Amino acid sequence: MQDYTVYVPKLIPKWESFVPGHRACIGCGEVLAVRLAAKALGRNTIVANATGCMEIVASPFPHTSWSVPWIHTIFENTAAVASGIEAGLKVMMRKGRRPQKDIHVTAIAGDGGTSDIGLQALSGAFERRHNFTYLCFDNEAYMNTGIQRSSATPYGATTTTSPAGKVSIGQVTWKKNMPAIAVAHGIPYVATACPSYPFDLIAKIEKAAATIGPAYVHIFSVCPTGWRCATDLTIRIGRLAVTTGIFPLYEVEDGQYKMSIDFPKLRPITDYMKLQGRFGHLSSDIIDQIQLTVVKKYEELREKSVASIDAEDKS
Amino acid sequence: MAKTESEMTWEDIEIGAIATSPGSARQYQTGYWRSQRPILDKSKCIKCGLCYLFCPEGCIKESKEGYFEADLFHCKGCGICYRECWPIAIKMVEEEE
Amino acid sequence: MANRVGVEVSIALAEAVGLANTDVIAAYPITPQTHIVEHLSELVADGELDAAFIPVESEHSAMSACLGSAAAGARTFTATAGQGLELMHEVLYIASSMQLPIVMAVANRALSSPLSVWSDHSDAMAVRDTGWIQIFVENGQEAVDNIICAFKMAEDHRILLPVMVHLDGFYLTHVIEPVMLPNRREVDNFLPPNDYPLPLWPENPVAMGDFAPPVIYFETKVAQEMNLRKAKGPIIETWEEFNKTFKRHYQPVELYKCENAKVLLFTMGSVSETAMTTIDKMREGGQEVGLVRLRLWRPFPYEEFRNAVKDVETLIVLDKAISFGGPGGPVCSELRSALYNESKKPKIVSIVAGLGGRDITTSDFEQIINRGIDIAQHGSDKEYEIYGVRE
Repeated sequence: MQDYTVYVPKLIPKWESFVPGHRACIGCGEVLAVRLAAKALGRNTIVANATGCMEIVASPFPHTSWSVPWIHTIFENTAAVASGIEAGLKVMMRKGRRPQKDIHVTAIAGDGGTSDIGLQALSGAFERRHNFTYLCFDNEAYMNTGIQRSSATPYGATTTTSPAGKVSIGQVTWKKNMPAIAVAHGIPYVATACPSYPFDLIAKIEKAAATIGPAYVHIFSVCPTGWRCATDLTIRIGRLAVTTGIFPLYEVEDGQYKMSIDFPKLRPITDYMKLQGRFGHLSSDIIDQIQLTVVKKYEELREKSVASIDAEDKS
Repeated sequence: MAKTESEMTWEDIEIGAIATSPGSARQYQTGYWRSQRPILDKSKCIKCGLCYLFCPEGCIKESKEGYFEADLFHCKGCGICYRECWPIAIKMVEEEE
Repeated sequence: MANRVGVEVSIALAEAVGLANTDVIAAYPITPQTHIVEHLSELVADGELDAAFIPVESEHSAMSACLGSAAAGARTFTATAGQGLELMHEVLYIASSMQLPIVMAVANRALSSPLSVWSDHSDAMAVRDTGWIQIFVENGQEAVDNIICAFKMAEDHRILLPVMVHLDGFYLTHVIEPVMLPNRREVDNFLPPNDYPLPLWPENPVAMGDFAPPVIYFETKVAQEMNLRKAKGPIIETWEEFNKTFKRHYQPVELYKCENAKVLLFTMGSVSETAMTTIDKMREGGQEVGLVRLRLWRPFPYEEFRNAVKDVETLIVLDKAISFGGPGGPVCSELRSALYNESKKPKIVSIVAGLGGRDITTSDFEQIINRGIDIAQHGSDKEYEIYGVRE
């Protein structure tokens, strides 16, 4: 047998923290990302989970897919609950009621639970500088309740509350830039990740968990059910989101941008969109408009990244 | 044998309706959802484990001989393993019933 | 030795939270609770209380942070009032159904609109069904004592439920009263450290807050209800134990000069002490009136209440809230319901007064009692009487 250059079990943590038997849709990209995130976080983790797909699929009473302590309360308060857990543990360790231990307090929520209803709690937790990690699993709509639009739904996508119709193209607003909002709070670590680049995702979550202070990782989650794509294309579509520049992978450490991977030439967004039914109604004019915006935003990101490198070189 | 949720009385409920068995979701057979299943061609398999990496269920396991195969108790038949397999050692076939 | 001080009740209450060696305080400021949280943050800033003071960005987040903290096993406290209590409304249900021991002081305040920072019980009445243990206090001493008792009740393994201590905004929070403040050692002897049985901790992973389909949800709610009802015994035991150490005895239903009384006035909260002055005066005048108060609002003390009023002819119930479009005073409708099946029960008169901080004076009480007696004798075409409004 040849020597293998890729042997996955050596490259990622082995422990299946998030176990099969969960009720996620067939081909769900988000649950794959959660499975990998759980591996990255390890045993010394406490998870506060918002209401959403990942909470529902993993917790039909009296069972759970989680093998680490987990709490779900309501939809919009995940960052606040995580704040309370972090503060409680800190004080109890200080008073000697719990052994000193590095516990990764982690908040998990979807795009709706982060950029819409959960934004206040998130902002407060970031401002107070709690030592926790916030993972936003972004499937670009309120998928759990039936594919309704959120502020993370991309321009032109059809959802049940922003349907493409005779007088509308679907979502008429542009995707809210949540990582930028996280960066604006001045937190030490912000990153974007995608399970189609699993080693990058695991490394970023490990880094986020190890960061002292708040950390935010925005994770692209392909949803075959909501995006109307084939269940086996989940990983491919995630890759295309990155290679077309629609979802660039980058990190921001203490305000310094760094692209995780840069492409000299981006693939056309039609490669990504044609695989998904949610964009199927768009005219070529709209697609061109979106294409220009994607390239422009990508350039802006690249400039920020170059500026950061320059600033580093100068210092 | 623990009571199922349709057998539990109100007195059986743990305090705060807390679930105290981590990973107990394993007992649910999501394999029933399948309409197609993965078949592995061992002659082509290079034992890289990418299918195990990308499986949303986490049901692909390494056998003693080093092959990675889906546990059909949980496999939902999404086909991601088939798509991501480099040497195309996996193919999807219709579930017979 | 306990310390007798003249102190604003809010400050005394905060001192009690400090004496209880609270671990986490997550609070958002709202009139008239502000002095409580201000003093608590001073205690933390001066190192007198080793706790995490989380200055959250809303009451909803305050209660949410309390959920996280209590779930981790920390002794947790918050305080709010009026609109703040309403903002955290959905989270209150979570705290009780997940059985997380949290203690909250509620500075009872009227609900908007129009905006009113002044006291009435409308905020308390809005949260009747949330599943919390709820205690009403009438003066500063009771506030201090019941905060300490609340921690013990909440964390008692036989109970494990969050506790609300209701005290009237401004009438209590902002007045200076003589209070016996226990010392730290006395409180430590009475109050053991929090030992939540199934906390979030990696060594023993649990999942809190599963979803429950119709096949099992009903059972979880019945379990919750039975748990709250059976908490009454341990609550009374806690008060008895408190009495042994501190020589102040609290009971679910408190009676004042009810011997031979044919007419009882019913009140809750600080207005009771004003009512007592009226009872004294009317007794001196020869009228056989008495005062009955509910200290334990939830779980409702049916037995004790029925016992207190069984030989009474007229019960005049003062409500400091309205249930709009409903049968008038919310407390009165509950008392009527509690007595409905009794073969012998008093005539019950519902009086609503004191909304939005409108004072009820001793002479008001005299008029209320006389009006109540009159209605009981001659009946009324109204569900309830409104007292003290310009018409």
